[in-house]
This record gives sequence, structure tokens and C-alpha cells, in this order.
Amino acid sequence: MAYASALHCRECGNEYPIAPIHVCEWCFGPLEITYDYDAIGDAISREKIKDGPLTMWRYADLLPVDGENAVDIGTGMTPLLKADNLGRELGIDNLWIKNDAVNPTYSFKDRVVSIAVTKALEFGFDTLACASTGNLAGAVAAHGAKANMRTLVFIPSDLERGKVIGAAIYGPIVIAVDGNYDDVNRLCSELADANQGWAFVNINMRPYYSEGSKTLGYEVVEQLGWKAPDHAVVPIASGSLFTKIWKGMNEFAKLGLIDDVRTKMHGAQADGCSPVAQAFADEQLHVKPVVPNTIAKSLAIGNPADAYYTLKIAQEAEGSTVGSTPDPEIVEGIQMLAQTEGIFTETAGGVVISNLKKLAEAGRFQKGESVVAFITGNGLKTVEAVQHLANPVNIKATVSSFEESVDVEEAVGSKSTSS
Amino acid sequence: MAIRRVRLTFEGEQITDPVIYQLGKDFEIITNIRRAEVHAHVGWVILELDGAEAEIDMALAWAAGKGVRVDPLSGDVIEG
Repeated sequence: MAYASALHCRECGNEYPIAPIHVCEWCFGPLEITYDYDAIGDAISREKIKDGPLTMWRYADLLPVDGENAVDIGTGMTPLLKADNLGRELGIDNLWIKNDAVNPTYSFKDRVVSIAVTKALEFGFDTLACASTGNLAGAVAAHGAKANMRTLVFIPSDLERGKVIGAAIYGPIVIAVDGNYDDVNRLCSELADANQGWAFVNINMRPYYSEGSKTLGYEVVEQLGWKAPDHAVVPIASGSLFTKIWKGMNEFAKLGLIDDVRTKMHGAQADGCSPVAQAFADEQLHVKPVVPNTIAKSLAIGNPADAYYTLKIAQEAEGSTVGSTPDPEIVEGIQMLAQTEGIFTETAGGVVISNLKKLAEAGRFQKGESVVAFITGNGLKTVEAVQHLANPVNIKATVSSFEESVDVEEAVGSKSTSS
Repeated sequence: MAIRRVRLTFEGEQITDPVIYQLGKDFEIITNIRRAEVHAHVGWVILELDGAEAEIDMALAWAAGKGVRVDPLSGDVIEG
């Protein structure tokens, strides 16, 4: 059963009944779920969670939907891997990678979309929609197929072919919109206002949708043996993921499932789209919007909706930071994770690893402190960012050509040296 | 007639410009401030605009032309 009792405005506190709405009619502030934590406290326990399904739905008591009718394609309970090789490289002795790139559509977006689509069905919608440049499109299309809903995916007309196919294969109506980013953004916002019969996952379903990211926080805590990490390194696009991981861990503490959370939250952006990092450096709570120019397109949100709440956490949780790194270091981060831990991540993961490296070099991590880096998408989604790194040795189909062209001993030697 | 909700962001010297006054004066629209915050380096206002579609479009294009950032209330809805 769902313990979500109402919606409330994060700014003025006005309450609303559970409905497909996302802004306060009084002050236009964003709406968030109100939970009955007393009732959840009576219902939940570590044992109950452990006995739950091996998916994000083991935390159904803390989600704003009825888990019995979940639209589930097997999302969550992704591996938390001890990253000793990368840790050695960076000088971090207790490093973990939360590999959310292995979700069904290869990104963490499956978590948020699973909640949004489940809730959309509860509300009686038969049409699902989103605007995306990649990960979200695939997740919405896949869940729309599973839920047997009419699904509309709006994309910019210049989107790479691979990303279009990554959504189109699930059978949605794909609409390629001519115009720049702002044009597509404005159109989708207007369409969402004009078509109240659609469940637009990150617009009118946003209060429910965003709660899915909490499950990343729950999982890491459970996988670390019911303990929040000392440090979390999280990519920032809208800022929602950062705030919800923090919220999820603190909900566990509030319910007595773990001790107080002392995690230092580290937000990671690309230099080419770093409004939150810039505001943090300036000790501000409001960002100056930017026009994104980075290879980390899944993080390219120039005016992040949850920037204020992200900055509040970063300023209030002692020792937290928000930083950014340039594109070449993002590529190096992708390469470093692949070559040390065997995990191929997209550019957002490169942002996380390059910022992790920067934090390590700045001496942010003390010996023994647990550090979790959140990898949120698969590298096959952004191969264009690293295609220049693939330089095979071309040979003829003869043994002599192989022996003339390849020095296997040297290759093995260089690998041993670097690792 | 239409009602549109937008978020305007001002930076630097734009903060001291009477943009909202001019929106109401120079265009056939009613401006209604619902929430706002102004700091030394940046300011924003969430605004409800009431008027003909074309007039609202012209008013917002004028504001954008002055360098004010105009976003839908929902912010950036295109996600990666």
C-alpha cells in the first residue's frame, strides 16, 4: 500500500490532494510528496526489505505508488562494486562504484520512469510522454511498452541516430522537433499544459517521478551493510538525483533503520555546463543560467530546476562540495573507469570519475572513509565521445603479419606497469 | 486570450531595469508576479502573463532580446 498522503509545496507549504499536478497554484513552487512516516515506521523493517524483490520495488513502502501494481522491467538492486583498482590509481582505499548503468535501458532513468508510469496508470492515463535527448527517451519508451500505453517521445531533430533507435525500438511515436534546445523545451512545456490527458513524466508526474531516485540512496545504504557512505559523488543535471539520494538516506535514518547520516555530498558537473558548481563556488543559493557546451549531454541543463535545493544540501551537509571538470578530463574519466574496473560509462560517468579524481587530489577523503561514485549510464550511449580512442592494429590475415605488427610482450608489459 | 506562466532570470545590470513595468506598459498584457528573489548578482521572477497569445509571444521575445532569460515555469523539461 502507498503511504503518500498528500502533496505539499516546497516553498509555501500549501497542501494538495494526490493528483497529477506539479506546481503550487498559490506561489507556483514545486510540489513534493507528503508521507505518513509514522505509518511507514510501523510497517517497515530491515527484514521486510531484505525479504522483498531484488529490484527497487523492495522499498515500495517509501514510494508514492502502490507497489502491488508496479510497472517493473527489472529495475534496481544494481551492483555496488568495491573498486580497488581505481582506488589504487586515485589513492582512495575504500572506494565503491554504484553501477546503475546495468538497469534495463542502461541508465538510472528506469527508476524514476518506473514510478511515473505506475502512478500514471493509477491516475487512469493511457498516454505517456517525455522530452529527451537520450536516456529518458529509452526508459519512457520501454516502460510505455510494458504498460501497453500510447507513448510519445519528443526529441530534437538533430539527435544522434543511435539514441533515436534506443527509444524507437520499443514502438513509441517518436517526434523529431526542428529548432534549438530552447525551442524544443518551450514546445514540450506548452504541449504538456495543453494536453492534460497526457502523463508527461517529468512535468505533471514530476513529484512522483523524482521520488524514484531515492531508491539509489536506499540501495547503497543497504549494500554497505545498513550504513550511509562517508562520501557520495553524484552527477548533477537538474539536481534532482543529488537531492533525492540525500533524501532517501535521511529517510532511512528518520525511520530508525540506520544511524544519522553524515555523508558528505559531492556534486559533479562538466565545466561546459556548471551553473551549480559556479554558484557553490560563489557561496550563492541561486544559479546564473548558462548555455550548455559540453560532451556530457545527459547533464546539459543550463537552468537546473532543483539547483536551489541542491545548493542548500551542499552548503548545509558539512564537508560537501560541487565541482566541475573540463571535457578532456571527462573522457579520461571514462577511460580510467573502463581500464581499471571494466565498467564502460557514458559521459555523465566520466564527469563523476574526473570529479572524484579532483576531490582525491585535493585530499577530501580520509583513510578508511567509504566513498561511493554513482555511475548512472552506459558508455554505449555516448560512443561518439570516445571513438577517437579506438585505434586497432590493422594486419593481413597471416601469422607473419601479426608477428610483424604486434609486440604482445610489450603490450602486456605496459598494462602491468600501468595497473 | 491566454495565460502563460514563465520564469524570467536577470543578471548584472538587467537587475535594475524595470522590465516587468515595461512588459505591462508596452504590450497588451497583464503581468502578475507570483514569486521572486533578487540578489546582487542574479534575480528571478515567476510571472503569470494574461493576454492574447501573439502579444505574449511578442512581449517575451522583447524581454529575451534585452538579454533576460525566459524559461517555461517547468524549467528545462528536456532531459538526457
